[in-house]
Amino acid sequence: MISAVELSGVSKHFDDLVAVDDLTLDIGDGEFFSLLGPSGCGKTTTLRMIAGFEFPTMGSLRIHGEEMGLLPPNKRPVNTVFQSYALFPHMTIEQNVGFGLLMQKVGGSEISERVARALDMVQLSHRAEARPDQLSGGQRQRIALARALVNEPEVLLLDEPLGALDLKLRQSMQIELKDLQHRVGITFIYVTHDQQEALTMSDRIGVMKDGKLLQVDDPQALYEHPKSRFVADFIGEINLVRAKVVDGATIELVGGTMVRATTGLSSGLDVNIAIRPERLSLNELGEAPDGRNSIEGTVVRRVYHGDFFFYEFDTPAGVLEIKEENRPSLPRYDEGSRLVASWSPDATTVVQD
Amino acid sequence: MPTDVDQVDPAQTVVTPELERDAERAQARRGLLIAAPSWLYLTLFFAIPLVIVFVYSFASRSSTGLTVLENWNLHSYRRLFDPLVAEIAFRSFVLAVATTLICLIASYPLAYYMATRPPRYRNILIILVMIPFWSNFLVRTYAWRVLLGSDGPISQISQALGGEPIRILFTNTAVLIGLVYGFLPFMVLPLFAALDRMDWSLIEAGRDLYANGRRAFLKITLPLSMPGVIAGSILVFIPTLGAYVTPAILGGARTTLLGDYIVSQFLSARNQPFGSALSVAVMSIMLLATVIYFRRGARTL
Repeated sequence: MISAVELSGVSKHFDDLVAVDDLTLDIGDGEFFSLLGPSGCGKTTTLRMIAGFEFPTMGSLRIHGEEMGLLPPNKRPVNTVFQSYALFPHMTIEQNVGFGLLMQKVGGSEISERVARALDMVQLSHRAEARPDQLSGGQRQRIALARALVNEPEVLLLDEPLGALDLKLRQSMQIELKDLQHRVGITFIYVTHDQQEALTMSDRIGVMKDGKLLQVDDPQALYEHPKSRFVADFIGEINLVRAKVVDGATIELVGGTMVRATTGLSSGLDVNIAIRPERLSLNELGEAPDGRNSIEGTVVRRVYHGDFFFYEFDTPAGVLEIKEENRPSLPRYDEGSRLVASWSPDATTVVQD
Repeated sequence: MPTDVDQVDPAQTVVTPELERDAERAQARRGLLIAAPSWLYLTLFFAIPLVIVFVYSFASRSSTGLTVLENWNLHSYRRLFDPLVAEIAFRSFVLAVATTLICLIASYPLAYYMATRPPRYRNILIILVMIPFWSNFLVRTYAWRVLLGSDGPISQISQALGGEPIRILFTNTAVLIGLVYGFLPFMVLPLFAALDRMDWSLIEAGRDLYANGRRAFLKITLPLSMPGVIAGSILVFIPTLGAYVTPAILGGARTTLLGDYIVSQFLSARNQPFGSALSVAVMSIMLLATVIYFRRGARTL
């Protein structure tokens, strides 16, 4: 499969600051790829380099096999949806959406036809004559999308496009965006700091920190098998317990509990055990199912969340957070109960710092 | 107290029309009090003199040249259609247009440069543009006499290079140079303000949508900076149309402009009604032009 975007050894320095550090990444054709990380991690700089607003200090950047070098943005087969939408305030919605086609010297009748189709796609045909300041945030967002997609770019770059919207609107736009990407079938590169957004929309996610790409995986692999403490902690909620490798299959948690986990790491190495709260379950003492890792402790807090109960469970390895589904068949435990928490060896992820 | 909104139980506060009216009146009184000094100043030194000029424009003259506030007539206004007046007005208009255009062309790149610098350099550049205001306009205009004179540095350089002595002083060119110099900051600052306010991601969006640098400028930067272009042009055009000091110091005796012409009516010709009528006419035309300019600007922006 040919890559839509191919970065190899790309670095970007701003004076003394290394914004992007030796990034190598292949993004497939038609993929919904997210760059995820905290602010200042270099994700936006990476996107801006693909768009052509910044040029790499080192390394090579290819789009559909073609080296981009110092090609300016107007000569690249990509379009961007900006975080602030960047709609032209002195033009109507129609003129905004048609701008890219006009600049590419597309004929007048074709422009109006394609603009009409793009506006139809985002269901805003009735606002063609309006000015950007007459639209709501969600409408502006959709116009920004239409203005980019009308050009039928090979790759669409999206820089936190839902950041300015409120939660409800953001959730419905997430679904809309994913749908749209399916329909138009072009590569989306999506920059966000919202892990939930990245997990629900992406085919693959690249997690960045301090200019470095830490892990690239599909959402499930990223969530269930994080390869580093940072990724484990950044994505979703997780219990991190300090531990030491005893041998290839056994690990000793801080506090002395022995657990089973598959790891190829050598004995004596300091590691972290990462366990998702929903993978832990509570049982009466001595009733932990066979074949599972277990640790005894005391319930110190129980919080009702509607669809689940949230427990804080004090163990020799530290306080663990546990989510138990709220089902009539499952018992609820009171604060102060002595219990045993258990989890499958598969759900025991070993991460190094 | 209605000011302490947090403390008030909304169920117990009933906003009656009377209460609202009282609040509005109190607001209006406060506003009037704050504006009073400015009102007073403007009335004494702007509105009253304006009314005097307006009244004088219909007055008549005695045989000794004194203004007589009787026999009200339109003689002074009829004289405005004199070919001499038209010639002077046209000359002033051309000079004001030239000054405005030169200021605009010279200022735009400078304002653009300033607006694209990092903030701390930007402030230094603004101060540099404003430095000329620290010394008197008259003094600075006299300094141009030295520069433009037949033994001034420009002429000396020309002669050192084997050319003729250049005498710019007391020509229309000298007046143009002086006016451009004097009013340049009035063009730079509004342009800078407009460009500085602009969201630069719009330019990036333009470039992203296949506009090259030139087209992005013409389609996005320039239209969005139009408020600055209009404000700067008004600030330069209006004072230059009636400019008096610069032409008086740098201009020749033969080229009369509107400013000198009005002054001469009041001082040497002792024809105050005609001078007043000229002033009223110039002010009306400028007011009209400004209104049309702003109306057009408001529609296209």
